Amino acid sequence: MKLDSLIPAPLRKPAKPGTGNGTPGAAPGDLKTSPPERPSEAQRIADRAKEAPADVLAWVDQRTGGAGFLTGMLYRKVPKGTNWFYTLGSATLFAFIVQAVTGVFLAMFYVPSATEAYSSISHINNDVFLGQFVHGMHKWGATVMVILIFLHMGRTFFFGAYKYPRELNWVIGVVLLILTMTMAFTGYLLPFDQRSFWASIVGININGTGPIVGPYLSDFLRAGPELGATTLARFYAIHMLLIPGALIALIGAHLYLVVKLGTTAPPWLRAERPKSAAPVSQLEAGTDGNGSPPTR
Amino acid sequence: MADEADKRNGAEATPERAKPDPPGYFEGESMTRRRAFTVAAQGLGGIAGAAIVLPAVGFAVAPIFHRGKERWEVVGPVDDFVEDTYRQVVFTETEGIADAGKTLAYVRKGSEQLGEDPGEIVAISNRCAHLGCPVRFVEAAGNFICPCHGGVYDFVGKVLGGPPVRPLDRFQTRIRAGQVEVGPRYSVTSQLEAVRARDPGEFTGGIWEYLYPPRPSTFPPP
Repeated sequence: MKLDSLIPAPLRKPAKPGTGNGTPGAAPGDLKTSPPERPSEAQRIADRAKEAPADVLAWVDQRTGGAGFLTGMLYRKVPKGTNWFYTLGSATLFAFIVQAVTGVFLAMFYVPSATEAYSSISHINNDVFLGQFVHGMHKWGATVMVILIFLHMGRTFFFGAYKYPRELNWVIGVVLLILTMTMAFTGYLLPFDQRSFWASIVGININGTGPIVGPYLSDFLRAGPELGATTLARFYAIHMLLIPGALIALIGAHLYLVVKLGTTAPPWLRAERPKSAAPVSQLEAGTDGNGSPPTR
Repeated sequence: MADEADKRNGAEATPERAKPDPPGYFEGESMTRRRAFTVAAQGLGGIAGAAIVLPAVGFAVAPIFHRGKERWEVVGPVDDFVEDTYRQVVFTETEGIADAGKTLAYVRKGSEQLGEDPGEIVAISNRCAHLGCPVRFVEAAGNFICPCHGGVYDFVGKVLGGPPVRPLDRFQTRIRAGQVEVGPRYSVTSQLEAVRARDPGEFTGGIWEYLYPPRPSTFPPP
């Protein structure tokens, strides 16, 4: 309750229907015989300060109308039977945020040049304070993100959460999966050591085996007939500018649809029927068993 | 039920009135002013969008159509090479990326026993025709062997076993002033006919020449 006073009214969790707005206030007494005590100046300032966070939030809300959206999102109903498997999507999002944050800071030390990339990574790993840790988070986090995205996809598939009306969100999810794989592929070349060099050669050549467009696709990836000076810059630009932008936009659309459509109950839960289901004839007549019209 | 009365918000039905002409209307016009401006605005927006997108896309795909300068590199005097085994030579295939741009070729003289011109120089690339790993010539077996997925090639680079889809690539060679020079890469069919350089994993010869079209970024075969 104390915390509630800090939250502006529009952001507060709506009361359960039927409970009213708390207890009714006491009836006003005779103001002349017992006037209310005037608060001291210090008390007034303290009260004012207590209200400050709520005031700031209310100021923003008056100008954005974001409170309705936030309460709708934060207090939305989730179905019965929601369990830990439903957190895999959030876990994937968290892995993406880790990648984005560590990636931004790695970019402060990384040099996307064929002659300097390897030494800049060595510099990050060996000299920069916590460099090996941040690089390690990015490197292992990439693997974790790919694993989580597949687990999330498996949860969606086996729980039947891809069915109507959520097909579009499945499609967006598949595009997100492809973009994540492209991130993993382009990021692998960046350390420019023997492993990443040959792995990228093999990966580009697999791209090239597609009929008709394959040879041009691999030329596009390499920026020429051979893996060259501009290949690394090209992979770097794809890895940290092109795909992250698309990923963030599509994650936004993905989350919007999740909130808009709600989540599904696990498949082992059946829809509950009312205990005294009214006969069909009465429903058609517009009343339930007790003679009052159905609420819906 | 949303009937006509609902749409009029309960107002009494009014007799059909002639719609007033929109501003600027003239007899016989084919398009309203509003529609003309909509089309013009969308057209201008499209042109502005294309002016941004087309150069950017062209910038990104231009390397597909660009062929670099043909480069030849001296790898040693003719007398250094024999016809019954290979000598490794390392030379720069791509400039500007230091050691990463170097490649390795196995070079020998043409052998009459194999039906080749003894005056020519054969330079076989160590790039596996499966997925591009570096193959190694194993003297004792007389074969090229790939460490990645087990591709095996015979003495002239034809596939003996494993996943490779065509023989090993070759490099053009020439002799200038007694020195062997190695030039652009080319691929061969299973009958060792020269074709434009293909990426590893792509078949050559027959219908494959159409399914894997030659790339403008490569040099014509000798």
